Amino acid sequence: MKFAVIVFPGSNCDVDMYHAIKDELREEVEYVWHDADHLDEYDGILLPGGFSYGDYLRTGAIARFSRVMQEVVKAANAGKPVLGVCNGFQILLESGLLPGAMRRNESLRFICRPTNLKVENNETIFTSEYKKGEIITVPIAHGEGNYYCDEETLQKLKDNRQIVFTYKNNPNGSLEDIAGIINEKGNVLGMMPHPERAVDELLGGADGLKLFRSIVKTFRNAVVV
Amino acid sequence: MYKVKVYVTLRESVLDPQGAAVKHSLQSLSYNEVSDVRIGKYMELTVEKSERNVEDVVKEVCERLLANPVIEDYRYEIEECVAQ
Repeated sequence: MKFAVIVFPGSNCDVDMYHAIKDELREEVEYVWHDADHLDEYDGILLPGGFSYGDYLRTGAIARFSRVMQEVVKAANAGKPVLGVCNGFQILLESGLLPGAMRRNESLRFICRPTNLKVENNETIFTSEYKKGEIITVPIAHGEGNYYCDEETLQKLKDNRQIVFTYKNNPNGSLEDIAGIINEKGNVLGMMPHPERAVDELLGGADGLKLFRSIVKTFRNAVVV
Repeated sequence: MYKVKVYVTLRESVLDPQGAAVKHSLQSLSYNEVSDVRIGKYMELTVEKSERNVEDVVKEVCERLLANPVIEDYRYEIEECVAQ
């Protein structure tokens, strides 16, 4: 399986993402610059964390208009797995691939520490390797992870089981403890915690690795069929 | 040419943690008459005349980029000015 790690000016988790795929997952991966005009050769798209365009205006607001994002939308519409982590999640929200928006953390502080997440839905291409209700430890590192959407959208998220991860102890004020959501079709996941920083026991835990393994497993099964 | 002032604020229904922190700070300074603070952004745009209606242009840029309609409201003032 071949992954693309999209790099924007100001991305800073792109190297972690690359490392997770190449050295831990042992799959193919390439960096793709934000002005790329095609993503046809990739089977999975990864939007890493960081501060694209300095978080100017709003987090993700400027990155969403970069050329590659048209291609990310195309890939998403074609059913390819698209994962946005942290700033990547914020970009997916701004681009409308996922519903809702991010506010400043309730505490107004940047928070960087491991958090416990609950796997709310393990029947997605990103979470099939987890058990339902499994508690996993994945680090967060953000100042704007306070998820918000209106009541109608929240109801839809619940009805369609689009809330994939919740925080056990809400660190940022996020609505309904939401840490990660998926689109209706089930191929675009956005999450604030960093699974790519939890792929090695030596570095504090490997709970994030199953997320990437789930993607690859789904891909392989689809190819075999 | 037009000078455009754009104001973007969080919608009333959305909690504004920065505003709340500033309000508490003002109240601790005994300005108890300040009952609410909302923090927003102020932007100045210079817009050249074109075949498009200036108000249509301003509305469009507000909706597409300057404000996020999910959590923010915007308003603007347009002032025509003569180039020097």
